Amino acid sequence: MASTQLHGASVGDRIYRFTTTAFALSIPLLLVLLAIEVVVAAWPALKAFHLGFLTSSEWDAVNGVFGAAPAIYGTLVSSLLALLIATPLAIGVAIFLSEFAPPWLRQPVAFLVDLLAAIPSVVYGLWGIFVLVPFLREHVMPFLADRLHLGDTPLFSGPAYGPSMLAAGLILAIMVLPYISSVTREVLMAVPRSQREAALALGATRWEMIWGAVLPYASSGVMGGVILGLGRALGETMAVTMVIGNRHEISSSLFAPGYTMASVIANEFSEATNDMHLSALMAVGAVLLAITLVVNIIARWLVWRVERRGQA
Amino acid sequence: MIALTVLAALLATLPLVLILGLLLKQGASSLNWAFFTAMPKPVGESGGGMANALAGTMMLIAIASAIGLPVGIGAGMYLAEHRGGRLASVVRFLSDVLNGLPSIVVGIFAWQFLVRPVKHFSALAGGIALAVMMIPLVARATEEMIRLVPNSLREAALALGYPRWRTSLTVVLRTALPGIVTGALVAVARIAGETAPLLFTAFGNQFWSTSLTQPISALPLQIFSYAISPYEEWHSLAWAGALVLLALVLVISLIARFVTRSRFGHGHD
Repeated sequence: MASTQLHGASVGDRIYRFTTTAFALSIPLLLVLLAIEVVVAAWPALKAFHLGFLTSSEWDAVNGVFGAAPAIYGTLVSSLLALLIATPLAIGVAIFLSEFAPPWLRQPVAFLVDLLAAIPSVVYGLWGIFVLVPFLREHVMPFLADRLHLGDTPLFSGPAYGPSMLAAGLILAIMVLPYISSVTREVLMAVPRSQREAALALGATRWEMIWGAVLPYASSGVMGGVILGLGRALGETMAVTMVIGNRHEISSSLFAPGYTMASVIANEFSEATNDMHLSALMAVGAVLLAITLVVNIIARWLVWRVERRGQA
Repeated sequence: MIALTVLAALLATLPLVLILGLLLKQGASSLNWAFFTAMPKPVGESGGGMANALAGTMMLIAIASAIGLPVGIGAGMYLAEHRGGRLASVVRFLSDVLNGLPSIVVGIFAWQFLVRPVKHFSALAGGIALAVMMIPLVARATEEMIRLVPNSLREAALALGYPRWRTSLTVVLRTALPGIVTGALVAVARIAGETAPLLFTAFGNQFWSTSLTQPISALPLQIFSYAISPYEEWHSLAWAGALVLLALVLVISLIARFVTRSRFGHGHD
């Protein structure tokens, strides 16, 4: 201590420690400030509509009545649809890359899948408007409704406009796939060799080894990856706004246009007609914030649990 | 069953091939020199470019980096040096939470905090919104990279009588620098394509602006407004913009990879 003080270090060290601590503290402060600002702005709407804000489907900016149920419903349905499509694919890709792919193919395929995460959301949206939506309208929707005779089921009924819950779910699936697959790949690689060798020694085939010994071991990490993907899907804004059709209505049909919380905000915020409208949009943001917070915390916890077990 | 996993890999890379292919085809056909140098033309006039949006994107990235990099790197240094500390684990966890927040929520926060009180949109508000997204990314990358620096190096510097702060700044940080630069570039690539946080902060601007306190255009914003417009001319400009934006993001990501690779290259000579 005495010798460092001779170099005048004590002051420097104190400044250094103070500065890095302040920067580190800025992260929690930022998060608290963000939550407070959003909730304060949302307060008038939350106070005016109470729980009805979450359950009512009436969104009438002119008369100042706001219920976010269609947006909440749309967010959940489009995200679940995305997970339903992306999860099996992502796990398949991760298994292929960690178990079966020849070494020379591993890097390039992993790179290509990761590249999906690098494409900006607005570029997905552009592709969605001009390629995906017309393709769904002209080929996929008629095929599902007429060829497969699913048009009478509630899920695929109604006219095929194009912009729809189905389009949103599909584009979200493409967008969250790289996240799920990269987490899955990591947790699969973290499964210890002994686990695999034990299964092979018991006479399991390679597939039985993966199915019986590797996947169960990694399951909660895979689950964490899926929930991390869910977190991404719930908050994804631009691409969804551009393809979902933007209508405040709950419909059982995937062909019908809908809304998500993020796209309501993106679409109506700059045109908000009055203070209550603005506050209602902020309240939508607050609900979205709360949902993604919970989802992210669960995901981090699951991944952290597997990683800790892998280190032990 | 193996065939199924191969099929999954093919299906997963298919959208990428489709999107990249179409971007190249549509984008390249409407991309020309004017795109980079000319201002947007009003509806009905053909031609025009996105010079202001390109400049705006560069400026927003600069503002975000000027704020996000020091804070992120500083926080990352704290996290690496207080590995087991209670505050460090809280900060680490919350920075992951911040990283997972929807960008639109960051956007409305920045609006409420920075735009509403002064009653006008500004480049500064947009840059700060992007910085908020950057900080957790840079902090975690810095932490990881500093952790890779061998402890013996730190101890050697301390044994030579270097005070702690000089050890951290001149020995540890310097050794970890290529990795931190990579982390910073990855963060820049990530925010360069963001649209949602800019909708109500930078807002967009039809004119040339470099003022911090005025609304400013950005490439993603311009692509968005052209894509949802009903005009054929604007659609092709949107494709060109998307191609340029993606190229920008990819080039930054590639430089990020190159920086870390060259560090390993040095190890051999």
